[in-house]
Amino acid sequence: MAKFEPILLKNRGVVNSTALKVYESRGGYQALRKALKMTPETITEEVKKANLRGRGGAGFPAGVKWGFLPKDRTRTLLCVNGDESEPPTFCNRVLMENDPHQLIEGTIISAFATQAQVAYIYLRVEFHEVFHIVQKAIDEAYAAGILGKNILGSDYSLDCYIHRGAGAYVCGEETGLIESIEGKRGQPRIKPPFPAIEGLFRLPTVVNNVETLSCVPHIIERGGDWFSSIGPEHSTGPKLFSISGPVKNPGCYEAAMDITMRDLLEREDMGGGMLPGKKLKGVLPGGISMGVLTADELDMKMDFADPAKYGLLGLGTAAAVVFDESTDIRAVLRNVARFYASESCGQCTQCREGTAWMNKMATRIESGAGRNEDLDILLETARNMGMMPGLSICGLPDGATFPIETIVKKYRGELEAAIAAQSAEAAEQILQTMN
Amino acid sequence: MAWKALDRLTPVAEGEAPLLSEALREKIRSFFPRYETKRAALLPALHIVQNTLGHVSYQAMEEIAEVLDIHPSDVLDTLSFYTHFWTHPKGEKVITVCRSLSCEVMGGKEVLDEIKKQLGIGLHETTPDGKYSLVTEECLAGCDHSACLLINEKLHKCVKPEDVAKLLADENNDKIDSERSDLFDPPPESAVTKTDASDGTSDANEAQEGN
Ligand SMILES: Cc1cc2nc3c(=O)[nH]c(=O)nc-3n(C[C@H](O)[C@H](O)[C@H](O)COP(=O)(O)O)c2cc1C
Ligand code: SF4
Repeated sequence: MAKFEPILLKNRGVVNSTALKVYESRGGYQALRKALKMTPETITEEVKKANLRGRGGAGFPAGVKWGFLPKDRTRTLLCVNGDESEPPTFCNRVLMENDPHQLIEGTIISAFATQAQVAYIYLRVEFHEVFHIVQKAIDEAYAAGILGKNILGSDYSLDCYIHRGAGAYVCGEETGLIESIEGKRGQPRIKPPFPAIEGLFRLPTVVNNVETLSCVPHIIERGGDWFSSIGPEHSTGPKLFSISGPVKNPGCYEAAMDITMRDLLEREDMGGGMLPGKKLKGVLPGGISMGVLTADELDMKMDFADPAKYGLLGLGTAAAVVFDESTDIRAVLRNVARFYASESCGQCTQCREGTAWMNKMATRIESGAGRNEDLDILLETARNMGMMPGLSICGLPDGATFPIETIVKKYRGELEAAIAAQSAEAAEQILQTMN
Repeated sequence: MAWKALDRLTPVAEGEAPLLSEALREKIRSFFPRYETKRAALLPALHIVQNTLGHVSYQAMEEIAEVLDIHPSDVLDTLSFYTHFWTHPKGEKVITVCRSLSCEVMGGKEVLDEIKKQLGIGLHETTPDGKYSLVTEECLAGCDHSACLLINEKLHKCVKPEDVAKLLADENNDKIDSERSDLFDPPPESAVTKTDASDGTSDANEAQEGN
């Protein structure tokens, strides 16, 4: 397969790539100059034509989302979602670490297209170095007249601030993020009203992911048609994929969405295959919330449509984590279950109780005191949680059920064998210490 | 959630004197123009206070509430939701070990065990000299370099159990490489308040040792 000419990552590896001077010397902020001469409507049209689908996990078309803003609004806010807390996702970090000005340029163009007065970049607090890098880039942009009053001599003004989170996965959910900026617990809001109508400080608000916004300068520079010509019809544009776990080259790679999970794992210019002596057992290809693929399912295409055919929730964050034959599937199950139990915000009963219960069962199974009926109860609990059956405020429990359900279904044989191998006496002892 | 991360064993020294210096209050107020409400400056305020005093005690919460014109219970309500804020003193350096899947597959658990062994403490505990506290956190988004851990602001990548001794011995193990922004740092004038608070911390630790 031909090597993909990097677009979003074109400045990675360039010396001093985070500096404004370097960014500008490589064509940076030309798209902004062009955009400021266009109308907000034509920019939105271009983004719609590009069919830029949200990279934050849900895949909603950005231009369409911007179109939901009320026509008669007087104030608008833009939130940049840099919470990146889905394990094991790190592409936003790579983008901000290497090219903060690309994000700032995309943010300004998108803010102009939505006529926003303020843009908040929400960064998870664990991104310390990223914070300093992006803050420095913002300071540089203000000093150069790229942010603030009358951007580059135009009539348009925009303020841009970083808002740091404080350690909560659910603050990546767009309304949890809004609550968190307002200085409250990051508990998601009931929708509707959607943020476009009533969001941050009850004003019309757009929330977009870091990678989504980083695509925008390129769409303005090279056109929506160019962008939509990359990759399959339903999944257009350059995309960042990441891979971690026991592979030769863990990292973040850019490609069109026409690659398969096998490409991401095995291609020499990507994952490069498993580490010597490690044999693949499975992979969670889209962040852990999407579900698991077995070693026989690597031909899944990494686009917005194909994952559903493998029983997965979607493409998610396109961040794959690989585990090998030496990893006990029970440990994977317990690690995943623990995550959601500790991150559920607790507002909705089935999510709070369901995730905690699933964690308890998974922990028991891992400790060697599992029962076969636990597997059925896990599946039953999973079926009774989430937005899809209409039981929850946000999508966190859907993200919890897909990995747990697919792990139990696809690795049931191994789980049952492990349970059968337990000694009844030891299991009884473990149960007594656990309860 | 925060209730799991709070180190409730260490008593907090509280007194009559205000904990937040005027410079600190002014630093918090400087965030007001960014938002539509004063309350929205709460997360920045908590970050600044914690970075200055080492934790956010109940007294500090009341003083923050005063600055933001909100009720102290609103401050507690928000604070208690987030794992990153603590109401009781922690060590000078907080080690945050990633417990996500990538790191677990790549040996994160073994690294955590080694740290526990070398420091002689468990999770949510602080060494008797007040130097290190140990916690775990969900994915730190450094999975291309598993296993990862943070020492205060510094992300350490590809850590192996055999690296732990050297890492802990390094005085500069919490210094980051990139240029810092002082946006959330303690204001320079608050040095006096800071000394008071750290006295409180060491008292607290002695009290604990005495038990
Ligand atoms: C529990 C949960 C966590 C989420 N975490 C993130 C996140 O860390 N980063 C992100 O961009 N989107 C996250 N999302 C998706 C956001 O709600 C939202 O769809 C996205 O930020 C919209 O941006 P996009 O359209 O550009 O993708 C999360 C959603 C849920 C339900
Ligand atoms: S579904 Fe879960 S995480 Fe989402 S709002 Fe409800 S309780 Fe909170």
